[in-house]
Amino acid sequence: MVFLKKQIPLLIALVTGIIFIIQFFVPHPASQNLQAWVTKWISIVTGTALLLGLTSLIYLHYQKVKNKTTGWGFSLVVFLGVFISLMAGFLPTIINWLTPSPVLTAGMTKGSPLIWIFNNSIAPLQASMFSLIAFFMASASFRAFRIKNIQATVLLVSAMIIMLGQIPLGGLISSAIPDTMTWILTVPNIAVRRAILFGVTLGAIATSLKIIFGIEQSYLGSK
Amino acid sequence: MDLYPWFDSSQIDVLIFVIILSGLILYFIRRAKKNPDSVYIRRISGLDRIEEAIGRATELGKPLLYLNGLKEMSAVSTIAATNILGQVTKKIALYSSEIKVPCYDPVVMSVAQETVHQAYLEAGRPDAFRKHNIFFISNDQFAYAAAVDGIILREQPAAILYMGYYYAESLLMAETGVMTNAIQIAGTDAITQLPFFIVTCDATLMGEELYAASAYLSKEPSQLGSLKGQDAGKLIILVIILIGSILSTLGIMWLTDIFSKA
Repeated sequence: MVFLKKQIPLLIALVTGIIFIIQFFVPHPASQNLQAWVTKWISIVTGTALLLGLTSLIYLHYQKVKNKTTGWGFSLVVFLGVFISLMAGFLPTIINWLTPSPVLTAGMTKGSPLIWIFNNSIAPLQASMFSLIAFFMASASFRAFRIKNIQATVLLVSAMIIMLGQIPLGGLISSAIPDTMTWILTVPNIAVRRAILFGVTLGAIATSLKIIFGIEQSYLGSK
Repeated sequence: MDLYPWFDSSQIDVLIFVIILSGLILYFIRRAKKNPDSVYIRRISGLDRIEEAIGRATELGKPLLYLNGLKEMSAVSTIAATNILGQVTKKIALYSSEIKVPCYDPVVMSVAQETVHQAYLEAGRPDAFRKHNIFFISNDQFAYAAAVDGIILREQPAAILYMGYYYAESLLMAETGVMTNAIQIAGTDAITQLPFFIVTCDATLMGEELYAASAYLSKEPSQLGSLKGQDAGKLIILVIILIGSILSTLGIMWLTDIFSKA
C-alpha cells in the first residue's frame, strides 16, 4: 500500500520531471510531439476530473437541500442551472441526430442555446461581479491610506501622485505630477517587482527540484 | 539523415544556470541533513500567525477556510499551496478544529482531499476527516469568487487562508473576509494581487515566501537546506546584476551581451 501511495508517485514525479527538463532543451520534432501528446493527456485527465467536480458539487448541494440548511433554496437554483445547461448542450445535438438534416445550432457555436445562456446570464453576472471590485477597492483604499505610520504615509502620497498623474487635472496643477508618476511606476515599482520576480522564479525552480527529487512530499501527505 | 538538432544552443545560459542552482540546492540540502543546526531561517511572521489563526478557529468553534488559488495542479504556486494545506491540516487535526477547502479546479480538489485525508491519518485523527469539506465550486473565476463570498458571509469562518495564485477576484474575497473580522493570511506569487492582499489581510507571504512556507512549517532540515540553496542562487544573480550594471555604466557590454537573446 505504501509502495502504491508513496513510492510510485515519487517515481512518476522523478521520471517525468527529468524527461520534461530535458524536453525544454530539445527542439527536435520528437520532443515537441511528446509535449503535445502529454498536453492532450492533461486535457483528458482534466475533463474526466470535471466529472468528479460535478459529483462533489451535486453532493454538497444535495446535502444542503436534504438538511434544509440556511439558504438551501439557492442549492435548488444550482440544480436548475446544471439541468438547463445540460439540456441546452445535449438536446440540440440529439434532435439533430434524430432529424434528417440539422435543425438546431449545437455546441458552442454562434446561435446555439449554450451561447445564448452564456451571453444572457453568465456574461452579465460576471460583469456584475467584476464591477463590484471598484467599490471593494474604495473601501480597501480607505483603510490602507489612513495615516498610521511612515509606510502608510508613503503609500498615501504615492497613491495621490499616481491618481492625479492619471487624469488631466494632475498635469494642469503641475507638469511634475505626471513626471513623478512615471518615475514611481518605472523606477521603484519595477525594481520591487523584479526583486519579487527573482525570488518567485528561484522559488519555483527550487520547489520543482524538491518535488522531482522527492525531498518535498507534503503533497502526498507525508513529512 | 536527421536534420533537426537535438539541443537548442540558444538556451545554453538557462541550462548552465539550472545546473548551478540545482547543484547549490542539492549541496545545501546535504549539508543541512548532516548538520541541521547550521541552517538558520529568519522568522516569517505570516507563517507564525497561522498557528494563531488555527487557535482562534478552535476557540470560536468555527471552521478555517483554506483556498488553493485559481491555477491548475501543474502550477508551482498550487503545489506550494497544497504543501501548506498538508501542514495546516495536521495542526487543525491536533486541535480538533474544522477545515473547509472550496476548490476552483477538480484535479486540485482530488489532490487536496487526499492531502487532507493523509494529514488527518498522520495526526492520528482519521475519524475527524470529512471528505466533503473539500469540495469543488466552479472553474469560472467570478462564480468561484461569488460562492466563496457566500461561504464567508454565511459560515463566518474564524480564519481564512488564501494560498496560491489569484487574479482580480482576490480583492472581492479578501475584502469580504475583512467584513466578517476573520483572521486572514495570504500567500501568493501573483505580483499584481499582492497590494490587495497586503491591505486586506493580517499577514501576507510575498512571492518566494509562499514556496518557503512548507519548509518553514515542517522544519525538515532537507527542506530548510533547499531554502539556503535558493538564497545562494539569489546572491549569484545579485552579484551578476551589480557587476553588469557597473560594466555597462562604463560602456563595457560583454556581460550584458551574454544574457541578451538575439
